[in-house]
Amino acid sequence: MAIFLTENSKVIVQGMTGSEGMKHTTRMLASGTNVVGGVNPKKAGTTVDFPEVKQVPVFGGVKEAMDATGADVTVIFVPAAFTKAAVVEAVDAGIPLAVVITEGVAVRDTAEFFNYSLGKGTRIIGPNCPGLISPGKSNAGIIPADITGPGRIGLVSKSGTLTYQMMFELNDFGFSTGVGIGGDPIIGTTHIDCLQAFQDDPDTDAIVMIGEIGGDAEERAAAYIKEHITKPVVGYVAGFTAPEGKTMGHAGAIVSGSSGTAQAKKEALEAAGVKVGKTPSETAALMREIMQGIAAK
Amino acid sequence: MDLYEYQARDLFEKHGVPVLGGAVATTPAEARAAAETIGAKSGGVTVVKAQVKTGGRGKAGGVKVAKSADEAEQYAEQILGMDIKGHTVKKVMIAQGAQIAEEYYFSLLLDRANRTYLALCSKEGGMDIETLAVERPEALARIPVDPNVGIDDAKAAEIIQAAGFPEADHAALANVLKQLWEVYHDEDATLVEVNPLVKTEDGQILALDGKVSIDDNSAFRHPEHAEFVDHSKTDPLEVLAIEKGLNYVKLDGNVGIIGNGAGLVMSTLDVVAYAGEEFTGGAAKPANFLDIGGGANAEVMADGLDVIFEDAQVKAVFVNVFGGITACDAVADGIVKAYDILASHGKDPKPLVVRLDGNNADLGRQILDEAKLPLLERVDTMDGAARRVAELAAAAN
Repeated sequence: MAIFLTENSKVIVQGMTGSEGMKHTTRMLASGTNVVGGVNPKKAGTTVDFPEVKQVPVFGGVKEAMDATGADVTVIFVPAAFTKAAVVEAVDAGIPLAVVITEGVAVRDTAEFFNYSLGKGTRIIGPNCPGLISPGKSNAGIIPADITGPGRIGLVSKSGTLTYQMMFELNDFGFSTGVGIGGDPIIGTTHIDCLQAFQDDPDTDAIVMIGEIGGDAEERAAAYIKEHITKPVVGYVAGFTAPEGKTMGHAGAIVSGSSGTAQAKKEALEAAGVKVGKTPSETAALMREIMQGIAAK
Repeated sequence: MDLYEYQARDLFEKHGVPVLGGAVATTPAEARAAAETIGAKSGGVTVVKAQVKTGGRGKAGGVKVAKSADEAEQYAEQILGMDIKGHTVKKVMIAQGAQIAEEYYFSLLLDRANRTYLALCSKEGGMDIETLAVERPEALARIPVDPNVGIDDAKAAEIIQAAGFPEADHAALANVLKQLWEVYHDEDATLVEVNPLVKTEDGQILALDGKVSIDDNSAFRHPEHAEFVDHSKTDPLEVLAIEKGLNYVKLDGNVGIIGNGAGLVMSTLDVVAYAGEEFTGGAAKPANFLDIGGGANAEVMADGLDVIFEDAQVKAVFVNVFGGITACDAVADGIVKAYDILASHGKDPKPLVVRLDGNNADLGRQILDEAKLPLLERVDTMDGAARRVAELAAAAN
């Protein structure tokens, strides 16, 4: 198994023919992802050669690509100004999973396409995220596939590079799925959605959850863990030293007054029985202990 | 991006929200001239209001009612240059006086948790809304607003009823709420707050004080918002970083930080702060946030080091890179080239601790070792590197 993305996933790329799209489609193909098509109305009917891998057909729209290939995942690389239209098109086509990599999407656009998607059967991941990877099976997005292999740890994170760091530190155990949910104020898939999916995934034994300052997603996740998660969870929160009122890189990473602080998030997670590491390495060490304990049983 | 009150007022006016006359002044003479024009509509009475992006200016003496243009000039003289919670007052707004009968509260904001918008409304305005929300939550109506529908007649009626306004005021309030929605939506705001929203003695509804935050990511739709970017209060190093297109936040410390990816950089600040506490008794603290992005190329690395070396407080620098899409050998090449670029600008390096991990880490480390760059040390773990840079910074204090 794995969550959201498996070896059976058929992936299309909206914005494949752009420079980022080309670069990362090449990487996705190289890591074994079944990329079945690209979408670009101006280049419909053409094919793109990916050296040593395969030819990928370009379709005029998402619906057309799905009808022709049976695609069930789209990865979106289109520029921020066109992202809303791309997501709405994917939702209208009824694709089950839309992974929005684009950064710098206006929050109004995200609020609109997310609310538009509700009840229509499309899960959105992102925007402004690295996507997700089920190592050895499929890779939808920009996570480097060669830092870790398949295993039984699930990971959910607001941060791309902290995801890579954690996967790298625990690459001797490997991961079922790693999901980068993104650091924007509004995101399509939350920590809670991933925790729930990992709890239900028979191939995941334990979960690493990485959060950061801003909003109250971690506090809500903590409450959810307390009620619903029986698998061990290890947490990490970035931004203890962030000053109030300053956006720290990610649009959503901001402490407003007394809310959104790393300390409050850490305390909420600990109160829910989650072990929280002080540094990424300490967090990896906590997970290592848990996995060694599981292996010893 | 938070706007000044006068900018919010102008946006309100643009979208038909009823506001009183107001003009901004940067000198007492300008304040006098503005008061003469604006005060003519309100029997000579104006309000001189400090323009600062922080609350509590009334208590700090930054808001004064002037009965004449002479008084407005005197008050402007007092208020300009005043310090309000660390913000120096550089502008005042001269606002028309009003006969206030009642004060209300209204705001529209992003509800991150529910991934939608939220309208807050109360008949009890003028006071601190966070206090009201805690002490008398029943007095504050909280109504979700669908981003794809907005505040239409039905939603306006729902909000007004939930807040308990008398029937007689419904029509006028509904119009104002719909116009405020237009401000929120059309201007790509993440916050529109009116406190107070007032009813005057002659029954008019007016937005007397406004706070607006604009989504920075919406700039592509709003070239006209470029004028709101405020360089006056920004730290000079932050201005330099903006010119170079870097994602930089100045902090008060002595360890410069560069990393790739916002989460990793935030984490690096924390790890350096812990190491500073633990190993130097607080003598080393992070001096900045600087994310050079996933790519981490040579020019960006050079620009980043350039800005950090400009910071006189910085005694040592921590470059913390995880090689993912850009492998460590490319990052190491970038650091070597960055040194060349800085040398060509005549810049002396500061002590630098580099931690490279991830893809091709061995190759990247070898490149750095062979380059023998002055004052550069390599430490292979993030925690170890943080400790070393803290020691270097503390020793140089």
